[in-house]
Amino acid sequence: MAIPFPSDSWIKALSAHLNGSESYQRSAANWEGDFTFVVEPDAAYADTSYLYLALNHGKSAGGRALNVPDEVVTEYTIRAPYGTWRKVVEGKLDPIQGLMTKQLKLQGNMMMIMRYPKAAQEIIACTKLIPTEFPG
Amino acid sequence: MWYFTSPQIIFGEGALSALDDLKGHRALIVTDGTLVNLGLVAVVTAHLDRARIAYAVFDRVEPDPSLDTVRAGSAVAHNYQPDWIVGLGGGSAMDAAKAIWVTYEHPELDPAEINPITELGLRRKARLITIPTTSGTGAEVTWAIVLTDTASGRKLGLGNRENVADIAIVDPSLAVGMPRYLTIDTGLDALTHAIEGYTCTWHTDLTDGICLQATRLVLEYLPRVAVDGKDLEARERMHNAATLAGLGFGNALASMAHATGHAIGARFHVPHGRAVGMMLPYTIEYIAAEAPERFADVGTTIGLEAGTPHASARALADHLRSFSRGLGQATSVAEMGISWTDYEAALEQLVDDAFNDASIMTAARARVPGHHPPRRPDRGPSLGRASQSCLRACLHRRQRAGGTLYARHSGWARADQCRSTRARQPSDADDRPRGRHERAFCG
Repeated sequence: MAIPFPSDSWIKALSAHLNGSESYQRSAANWEGDFTFVVEPDAAYADTSYLYLALNHGKSAGGRALNVPDEVVTEYTIRAPYGTWRKVVEGKLDPIQGLMTKQLKLQGNMMMIMRYPKAAQEIIACTKLIPTEFPG
Repeated sequence: MWYFTSPQIIFGEGALSALDDLKGHRALIVTDGTLVNLGLVAVVTAHLDRARIAYAVFDRVEPDPSLDTVRAGSAVAHNYQPDWIVGLGGGSAMDAAKAIWVTYEHPELDPAEINPITELGLRRKARLITIPTTSGTGAEVTWAIVLTDTASGRKLGLGNRENVADIAIVDPSLAVGMPRYLTIDTGLDALTHAIEGYTCTWHTDLTDGICLQATRLVLEYLPRVAVDGKDLEARERMHNAATLAGLGFGNALASMAHATGHAIGARFHVPHGRAVGMMLPYTIEYIAAEAPERFADVGTTIGLEAGTPHASARALADHLRSFSRGLGQATSVAEMGISWTDYEAALEQLVDDAFNDASIMTAARARVPGHHPPRRPDRGPSLGRASQSCLRACLHRRQRAGGTLYARHSGWARADQCRSTRARQPSDADDRPRGRHERAFCG
């Protein structure tokens, strides 16, 4: 059954896939830092959604949708309109290219992310394992 | 959405004379002591004299320049207050010049913090000229900066599109004195830039033609200049090829040969161009097993067609090995003089270093979204395992009785074969050439 993006169940599915990915665990073995992903409204999506993903040393301690952005304070926040996120999840926009072209806007230490480009790609690889339903 | 970034490029014999008309007051030349001793700095300062521009020289740039070197150079700049920074030398000097320029303009910024997304607002104090004295790095036209953090021993990939040079002066007369080994090492670096710029997943319509032309030029002119360093036509075409390749990969990205070459180079102190040039055919074979088309294009461009894309890609890899061998270059880890024992001991770290290198993410067989969908875990090896097997391919060159060559007939081993043979030491039984039926690709 398809899981809608963005949603609490979707980010929980991503967390579970990361914990099952040997490639992610290896590429993010030294990574420390949780993320908040902010999905901003655009023509295809009217709401603003906040997805929290806990990431530490190649494992994910969980993920959930937040009701308000400051419900959890995270080291990194990435925000973009829904349509841009959809491109990332579908593999049409490389996340590092998205950050470099500022289609994805980052709050946090870019240098740390640049040291783990493969981990970013492995996360995207895991999103593609989720049967995702996109509104709009 | 993407960008194409380039300085104004003044190229060809006599290009240095453009300095005669430079407007400004003070220039800081960032270079190394060798170029001072060779008289190349004096060649540049003679032009600055004609332009009535005062200058100071910071000649403490070492190979693989450190953060501390950049901090020292930045302090010199703060004292001297130049309105031009001139990076003169190979990639190390030009990368150091870029970082010194950025931190001169932004004293609050540590060089390790130069990144692609911060808006720097450069050119308020100075502008940058890059002048290459080797034909390979392409740093004169790229915005990337590679510095070494001596505390951790890691090379840091830094840079921002704003820190690309204002003017690149590509004058082949500065490369004429390069020794043969440096000519070949840097030439293979340019070749690897060109081919990886074309075949990486970040390639674009704006970089494709540049990369193919650079490939043609290197394959035609590097052998000539390796035989006769005074062949001025060949020197000029190689100098142009290196800049073209820099434009190509600098606006796309490098790929797996750079990721693995960086790891081997850093661990075993192999010159950059030699390491990436050695790895290039192996990574072509590995990636082309799943995504051969772009490599087949390169093969077609240079007249290699073998019927199918897979066969053409493999012909390209074979051709590049023959090309390197013809130049007297090592085509395996063993030929670089690295012992089996040392390589085996370093392997896990090499894999981790390659795995965390930014260049690996553009390999077309490395789960790059948008081009080749990720494999499901139950349908093939993970990237981690694939990378391991890629690096282990070199480990599997069996040493022949003569002790100087590793037979390459074993080709690529499957990941499970790599694992099963990893604990073994080379033996006489392993020395036999292997037939094609034993040649297998990972996955």
